[in-house]
Amino acid sequence: MTVNKSDAIFLIMAEKIIESFQVRRIEILDEKGDADESLMPALSDSDIRRIFELLILLRTFDQRALSLQREGRLGTYAPILGQEASQVGSAFALEKSDWIFPSYRESGVYITIGYPLHMLFQYWALDERGLKTPADFNIFPISIPVGTQVLHAVGAAMASKYRKDKTATVTYFGDGGTSKGDFHEGLNMAGVFKLPVIFICQNNQWAISMPRSKQSTSKTLAQKAYSYGIEGIQVDGNDVFAVYKATAYALQKARQGEGPTFIECVTYRIADHTTADDATRYRSKEEVEMWKAKDPIQRLKLFMEKKGLWTVQYQKEAEDKATSMIDEAVKTSESLEPPQPREMFTYIYEKLTPRQIKQLKDF
Amino acid sequence: MPKLNMVQAINFALKEEMQRDDSIVILGEDVGRDGGVFRTTEGLYNEFGPERVIDTPLSESGIIGTAIGMAAYGLRPVAEIQFMGFIYAAFDQIFSHAARIRYRSRGRYTCPMVIRTPYGAGVKALELHSESTEAFFCHMPGIKVVVPSTPYHAKGLLISSIRDPDPVIFLEAMRLYRLIKEDVHEGEYTIPLGKARVVQEGNDVTIISWGSMLHRSLQAVEGYDAEVIDLMTLSPFDEETILNSVKKTGRVLIVHEAPKTCGFGAEISATIAEDAILYLKAPILRVTGYDVIIPLPKLEDHYLPSVERIRRAIEEVTKY
Repeated sequence: MTVNKSDAIFLIMAEKIIESFQVRRIEILDEKGDADESLMPALSDSDIRRIFELLILLRTFDQRALSLQREGRLGTYAPILGQEASQVGSAFALEKSDWIFPSYRESGVYITIGYPLHMLFQYWALDERGLKTPADFNIFPISIPVGTQVLHAVGAAMASKYRKDKTATVTYFGDGGTSKGDFHEGLNMAGVFKLPVIFICQNNQWAISMPRSKQSTSKTLAQKAYSYGIEGIQVDGNDVFAVYKATAYALQKARQGEGPTFIECVTYRIADHTTADDATRYRSKEEVEMWKAKDPIQRLKLFMEKKGLWTVQYQKEAEDKATSMIDEAVKTSESLEPPQPREMFTYIYEKLTPRQIKQLKDF
Repeated sequence: MPKLNMVQAINFALKEEMQRDDSIVILGEDVGRDGGVFRTTEGLYNEFGPERVIDTPLSESGIIGTAIGMAAYGLRPVAEIQFMGFIYAAFDQIFSHAARIRYRSRGRYTCPMVIRTPYGAGVKALELHSESTEAFFCHMPGIKVVVPSTPYHAKGLLISSIRDPDPVIFLEAMRLYRLIKEDVHEGEYTIPLGKARVVQEGNDVTIISWGSMLHRSLQAVEGYDAEVIDLMTLSPFDEETILNSVKKTGRVLIVHEAPKTCGFGAEISATIAEDAILYLKAPILRVTGYDVIIPLPKLEDHYLPSVERIRRAIEEVTKY
């Protein structure tokens, strides 16, 4: 059947709109360091200083990791430059008892919650022992496959709901992750069971060489949540206040049994995908420069300066403190005894199999 | 002692374990109100409620992925994949995460989870409803693979699998679900994982099988002095019981319904060749499915090892 133009118009006229949605975007702190005071989250001056110092620590960690990698002291590393506000702003809102399911580009989340820094260097130096989460943290080892961790977060949230714990669960992934089946299965389940889980998407515009525009034709990634009956919010991911506020809101919702929230943090991966990548092959210098001007740390610095919370001396102290923490962590990491070959066998099953016992005789 | 079929025995194991331990939850497609498409979870939804017998969306990777998160959090999920042919959608979760999380986290997180799934041919089912791809899972360190062959063993092995600290793939032969009734103890009992059983003793040939092919093997050995081993756990498997038997009989026949190439029979055969070749009087033979896609039921009787094929192989191996 062919439909001519006037029939098509008639069909539209006869239809009813049965569902529509709106996507909120939160922006609080602009590039000049001016904040919309009416939107400011409840953060004390000391909280803001702490956030700033964490941002400095993340950047120092990231730069050190890159230089250690170039010296052959770390393996392939996934940098976080440019995404610090998305990571600190969200993780700073969490309680110690909350569960976190990160991807491989979440060093900043680990650092914000206080994960031992030397263990992060240990892992990126290709020693699995760095992923042994200490008992007082509830962060899962990073997920190397993209998007699969979304389901683990949904499962943990299902368990915490069953146990009636006041725990919230957070999972992190990127714009590329939203194309994976597990992302969709996870959001669907979270919606169906109204789970206390928060999906934090760091839309950093690039999945290795694939730009955001080719990952999905959705205008926003946040709107994908509405397909699953979940609220989706977009925030300026380089605005630490906006990220914090959206996360705090979602956490409150989760703890009150109001179900899941999807937060799209619009940010940018300033560095290469990993140290094994060369981003100049697929994106322009102009684009990177444009995003550098939106730097998350610079704008918080300007804000704090206007508030009298920042001085040159304070900056120097924060950088020195971060440098000495990183120095110490690298030293600790590099002074650890190497793993023993027998340890390959230790954690496959709770008990060794008869065949593994025979194989162990090689060591 | 009640006489139960395998569906009922599995149902009892789940029910009794859930009564004992509130960390056990069931999740899967149609496992709740419907009681499972084979009725293995019948009555559990009413007894334990929707938070413990969870009807999930149609989402195989989602079922396994969420079960991993639940297990990490401290629950003991029993996930059901409705047919083995649909488990492939969840391979990434099983191999990349369930199998590895103990290792990757150095024991901080574990995955005490059971994945139950009906497997195997012989029930006139649709495409992808007759798969027997157990060998895939045996190739993945971190996963255990259990295949019961009778109602009594199904119950004891399932209880052990639920209590096991590591992820277990629990394969239920559809052909056996209602084929046999036998005495099954009420109350809890366990059958250890990793141990085979000698179903009948004999001297001339060792037949090694599991799941539904065990029964065809038992029919085929009538009139022969054959030792029959039910492997029960494929990974990790009981080398000792196999080797002891082979050293006694000197002849081996392995029977499974999966395709021959890289089927689990190959691993058993290689193990015998490595550790007991000097005891062998004859070549190791395998009677298996063919290296083809399992056909639709018009041809499945030609695909599955028949009593006749098994008998011919016994004749051949005992000529030596």
